[in-house]
Amino acid sequence: MAEDILALIEENVIQGRVTQDDEGLEEGMVGQPGVSELIEKALAQGLNPQDIINRGLTKGMDIVGQRFETKEYYIPDMLASAEAVGAAMEILEPHLARSGLKSKGKIIMVTVEGDLHDIGKNIVSILLRGAGYTVKDLGNDIAPQAIVAAVREDRPQFLGMSALLTSTMIHMSTTIQALAENGLKDKVKVIIGGAAVSQEFAQSIGADGYGADGFEAVRVVESLNSGKAS
Amino acid sequence: MARQGVLVEPYHRLKLEQVERIHQASLAILTDPGLVCFNRDAAEIFGDSGAEVLSIEQGGSACWLLKIPQKIISDTVQAAPKVVRLGARDENNCLILDGREPRVCFASGSEANNWLDVDVETFVSKRDPDTEVNLPVFRVEKGTLNRLARAARLCEHLDSWDSFLRTVNIQDDDIVDDNKDVNKFFVSLNNTTKHVMSGLTELGQLSNVVRMAQIIAGGEDRLRENPIISFITCIAKSPLQLTNDTTQKAIEIARLGIPLVISSSPQGGSTAPIREEGMVAQINAEILGGIALSQLVNKGTPVLYGSVPSRADMVSLYDSYAVPEFSQYNIDCVQMARYYSLPCYSTGGVSDVKVPGIQASVERLFSHILVTLAGPQYIHYAFGLLERTNTFCPVQAVLDDAHIDMVKRFVRQPTVSADRISESLEQIRRVMGTSHKLYVRFVRSALRSGEIAPPYPFEGKDMADETLFRARERMEEILSLPPLHIAEEVVDRVFQEVPGLVSRLRDR
Repeated sequence: MAEDILALIEENVIQGRVTQDDEGLEEGMVGQPGVSELIEKALAQGLNPQDIINRGLTKGMDIVGQRFETKEYYIPDMLASAEAVGAAMEILEPHLARSGLKSKGKIIMVTVEGDLHDIGKNIVSILLRGAGYTVKDLGNDIAPQAIVAAVREDRPQFLGMSALLTSTMIHMSTTIQALAENGLKDKVKVIIGGAAVSQEFAQSIGADGYGADGFEAVRVVESLNSGKAS
Repeated sequence: MARQGVLVEPYHRLKLEQVERIHQASLAILTDPGLVCFNRDAAEIFGDSGAEVLSIEQGGSACWLLKIPQKIISDTVQAAPKVVRLGARDENNCLILDGREPRVCFASGSEANNWLDVDVETFVSKRDPDTEVNLPVFRVEKGTLNRLARAARLCEHLDSWDSFLRTVNIQDDDIVDDNKDVNKFFVSLNNTTKHVMSGLTELGQLSNVVRMAQIIAGGEDRLRENPIISFITCIAKSPLQLTNDTTQKAIEIARLGIPLVISSSPQGGSTAPIREEGMVAQINAEILGGIALSQLVNKGTPVLYGSVPSRADMVSLYDSYAVPEFSQYNIDCVQMARYYSLPCYSTGGVSDVKVPGIQASVERLFSHILVTLAGPQYIHYAFGLLERTNTFCPVQAVLDDAHIDMVKRFVRQPTVSADRISESLEQIRRVMGTSHKLYVRFVRSALRSGEIAPPYPFEGKDMADETLFRARERMEEILSLPPLHIAEEVVDRVFQEVPGLVSRLRDR
């Protein structure tokens, strides 16, 4: 019984279905339970959240990753699956906390002051949630002081900043300075991305990492996270 | 089953009153000054049908001035089939060309003398010897049977390439005028299961080519039902002259009832007026004259309205296919053919430049897009032609296939229906209920059903332009596939019954 529902969770992650209203990659899936409904059902049946993550969500996401590598899957498939996992993690979060388990880390995501372009930030947020991180998305056009306040209050391991415009990327630098002035720079790893910025720019402003695209952003976070763990 | 061309919502460059004005001008041309005809049979046929025929002499040759009345043109245009079926070895590849429906198919051309291979070489920078770069290097070869076979095999596997029109002029040492036709048709038919079209070099070879086609199609009746070959006859030598040789070929082909293209290829600025209205009135008169002849010979003969107008390059007087007027002339001709409900054999996709690259892409895409939008039933010259049709490049043909696929996606008709609007509204409402506000998940079914374009197939890494390298790899990949040859026992019969085939073509 447990194996059946875990297999269904895995399959629906592969199909990228959040709810029963979603289409899958295959025909005729609308109306069948999606990942959200299956997670609720699994919890109701008393399944361990850790098992749900490891033997359902992660297993499905591994297959999605392999299919993406072999070009069988495209970015929209990857994002749909990551969105499904992210939705699952939101449901699981209180249960994980109760059982003493933690997510892989907490990340605050913003688009910097003066910039309303949030597609990149949203994609990275979906992928990070799909990778098992807890993401707090502050939105776009966020002033440095508001970011500093959120870092102070939430104490995330990571801060992700995005900028599309060359005129707004400067606020990444001012935010990092503001973090330093408030004694928070050493307490959070700052990762930046967006069309306007580069690896060189990241180094020049003292960011800890740079992601050229959503997938690289996740790899950078994973790498910094494992470095921290070791 | 038949190959489905892309159905377009046609772009009308000419208003209906302008089409009718050109039609009237063409009728006027056919009576004054009329057509100069160098073929005795044609003159007699027109004379017997009520045309005024005056014996004249031009350049020491006997010829006739034909003054063709409107009735002959209207009767013969009415007699010509509105739907022409071009058969194929694999009947799923046959083409149904309906003059009343703007559904576009794409074909090659045009018996180019040169074959252009693309190699890749590594160059070292003089300024910095540590810097190396891979660049395409072009090698000009002559057209041969083997290369014609390779082009036919490419055609077989490139999905936008609907019909094989011989790409190169075969110049092997053992090929002469007397055996050219049977060999070029055999090689083409033996390497593609799509429709094969070509000109006829020697009238004396017509019966051999037709016999070969009958054997391959499965008999005389089967060839009539499934005409796996057709002929191009450019009977008009512009301005307004019917040549002796090609006109005789058109007469004989029409007698057999095999599909034929009645084409004319005047050059605006030298052999036709450079202004659009004059050019189109003249080419239309030339084509109508040829179509009239085909129907007077054999009423109901399947014919295509073959318009191949070009414009003179003002520096060299060569044809120029890259100028905007080329597309204007062709679009106008498509409209004239549609006015008569005749299937149109049109022209697009040639570059003036000698090699693939930026200039070639710009020049050919210009007419690929515009002429396709006009909605002719058959666009020839669409694959691999460079240097004003003097060169065929197989790598360019691979690129053209991908680009035509993009053009086809662009021109296809919109699908705005009440159901689709409801689906879109549902999507918009659902996405606005999410935090990320992204539509990406809804892309997936469209991506897989082929509704939206796949990634550009020749994209390089890190946005580098590696187009030619990737296209070359694709070409090699296709050419490594086993050819879809004619069954061995059928080939044996062809070799027994059709003279002139070179023996090395039997080697598999």
